[in-house]
Amino acid sequence: MTERHTTGTGTTAAHVRRVVVVALLGLAVAIPFLNREVPFVFDGALDSPGVLHLLALMLVFGALALTYDLLFGFTGLLSFGHALYFALGVYGTVVVTSELGLGFGSGVLLVLVAGLVLPLVVGAVCLRVKDIAFAMVTLAFAQAGAIFVVRDPLDVTGGELGRSLPFREVPEAFVGIVNTRNVYWLALALVVVVYVVAHVATRSPAGRVWQAIRENERRVEVLGLSPYRYKLTVLVLASFLATACGVVYVLVVGGANPRVTTSTFTLTLLVMVVLGGAGRLWGALVGGMLYTYLDHRLAELATSPSMQDLPAVVRVPLSEPLFALGVLFVIVVLFVPGGVAGLVSRVRPARTGRGGGDVATAVAGGSRTGTVQQPDQAATGAAHDGARHEHEGAAR
Amino acid sequence: MTTFLLLTVTGLGLAGLYFLVASGLSLIYGLMDVLNFAHAAFLTVGAYASWLVGTELTGVLPVGVVFVVALLAGLVVGTLVAVLMELGLVRRLYGDHVGQVLLTVGLLLAVTALARAVFGSDPVRVVVPDWMNEVTRIGGAAVPNSRLVVIVTAALVFAGLMFFLRRTRYGLVIRAGVENRDMVSALGIDVGRAFTLVFAIGGALASLAGILTGAFFGTITAEQGTSLLIFAFIVVIIGGLGSIPGSALAALAVGLLQQYANYYGAVGMGDLIVVAMLAVVLLVRPQGLLGRVA
Repeated sequence: MTERHTTGTGTTAAHVRRVVVVALLGLAVAIPFLNREVPFVFDGALDSPGVLHLLALMLVFGALALTYDLLFGFTGLLSFGHALYFALGVYGTVVVTSELGLGFGSGVLLVLVAGLVLPLVVGAVCLRVKDIAFAMVTLAFAQAGAIFVVRDPLDVTGGELGRSLPFREVPEAFVGIVNTRNVYWLALALVVVVYVVAHVATRSPAGRVWQAIRENERRVEVLGLSPYRYKLTVLVLASFLATACGVVYVLVVGGANPRVTTSTFTLTLLVMVVLGGAGRLWGALVGGMLYTYLDHRLAELATSPSMQDLPAVVRVPLSEPLFALGVLFVIVVLFVPGGVAGLVSRVRPARTGRGGGDVATAVAGGSRTGTVQQPDQAATGAAHDGARHEHEGAAR
Repeated sequence: MTTFLLLTVTGLGLAGLYFLVASGLSLIYGLMDVLNFAHAAFLTVGAYASWLVGTELTGVLPVGVVFVVALLAGLVVGTLVAVLMELGLVRRLYGDHVGQVLLTVGLLLAVTALARAVFGSDPVRVVVPDWMNEVTRIGGAAVPNSRLVVIVTAALVFAGLMFFLRRTRYGLVIRAGVENRDMVSALGIDVGRAFTLVFAIGGALASLAGILTGAFFGTITAEQGTSLLIFAFIVVIIGGLGSIPGSALAALAVGLLQQYANYYGAVGMGDLIVVAMLAVVLLVRPQGLLGRVA
């Protein structure tokens, strides 16, 4: 990700990284053709529908975590309403294809347009307050969405039971167990698109301003830029991408369930990003995938026969994956600032120097925002620790 | 007219529950800048602790005594959990507000999941004295006594909190801390102790709300804490962060409006109207009804 390294080791590192990325991507594309068992990690062969389904889910949530990282990790916007836009993609697709009869393609297009309009309206209101009040307000709006879905005043969402996707309306390539591999590739394509968009966006001049807002919003204001507009832009972009994730999610699971609208779901998004490392794109991606994997495997573990022999003190808490994940999250927050990405950086400390005026030069070099004071970083917290490397690299 | 009266009393009861949760949240936020998601965990812990003690003692002691003992047990456990959490975990992250929020989010998820694992996802029935389920006639409307208990309790808590904040030394320290924390610690007052104190008060009020929610609805679930928490957030924002009278006023507005709209409007209308009200308040008065200009 830090291609613009000028030092000798830097260019080699960038080269190695590019090779690794291409190899990983190639492997990911080839997985549906690999008839291999991976003992302990997956239950079946890699090309079996069950494993592909899990992998597709992991990819979708990885992409979703990426979109959330744009808000939380890069701009410092602690939003608790991100699930609203994902749910818009999920429920929008199901409702539009079943009720309007526009055909699948135009239906999805309509949902994506809604994915631009809704965050523009809601975001314009929410961003009138800052920090913690912003967090609470976004949570309230997401809750309104959840209530709308569960109470179902228009009789379209299917209430607490959810609603399944009308398969006759969906392109045949994405229907049925035989086509699980197509759905998997779709999810992989989603990750690539979201990653590339996020990568370009965070390195654009606007992206530099987002990071400056995270470090010190008032300073950005003093420099004559309007933080409100930049924050609204990133909110709309991230929400739009989340809506796209919702559309793919529906194709993966075949229907909408009110679980994706709940406040708990939004909180798990936060868990994913922090687990992987906020402020680093690949960190968020890994966090989302890891969380989804653990969630599924822990749930399977809880019902497996070998668990029944364990004493109740161990068995009962483990029967709820969210307990183990919540505790893991608390441990990460307390002892592993930077999450998985932070751990990796710590293993390779020679890559970049820490602290100093690096952030200031990073922002000044890339846009008109000028300098950003270093001490303010302490206030934005250890969660952003990993992010420093990210834009230090970008500046060189 | 009787329907309207009944709705009003139910709305007031709901407002009481919101106030109990929101006042603690507001104090903690005002003093420490911590958005305490774990507040819902205190509520859950208090409610289940009280339920456990209640079911253990049923048949051993008279129902009225059981209720009081269970109530006290829930209060003590909820307060203890809050204090331990502040001393053991939140304190480690002073100065890192985002970290503290993340920490409380993790604790909320873990505690809710644990409660679901131990007590199951089905609602459990709460033991209450018979007179709580009986009705009192007020102007022709048959009002369940449990509603009145919640209303009276919330009113007493409001009066007690106001007395504590306005008339006692620790209340003074807390009020001063809400206004300017740095100045208070510069004057040589141990703000850390005040932090623990507001967490204890918040924990006690939240577990009281949890126990009363059980009495109000007849059952408790692991998830009700989270849903109550969200409306409490709305109340705190509408009322103004850090203002107890603001929380009380906003709780009344939210509770009553929700009841009326849910009955006279479409399904789920009340909940949506409350969020709309939040949006209007933010547009017109971002600091909340009784909040100071930041």
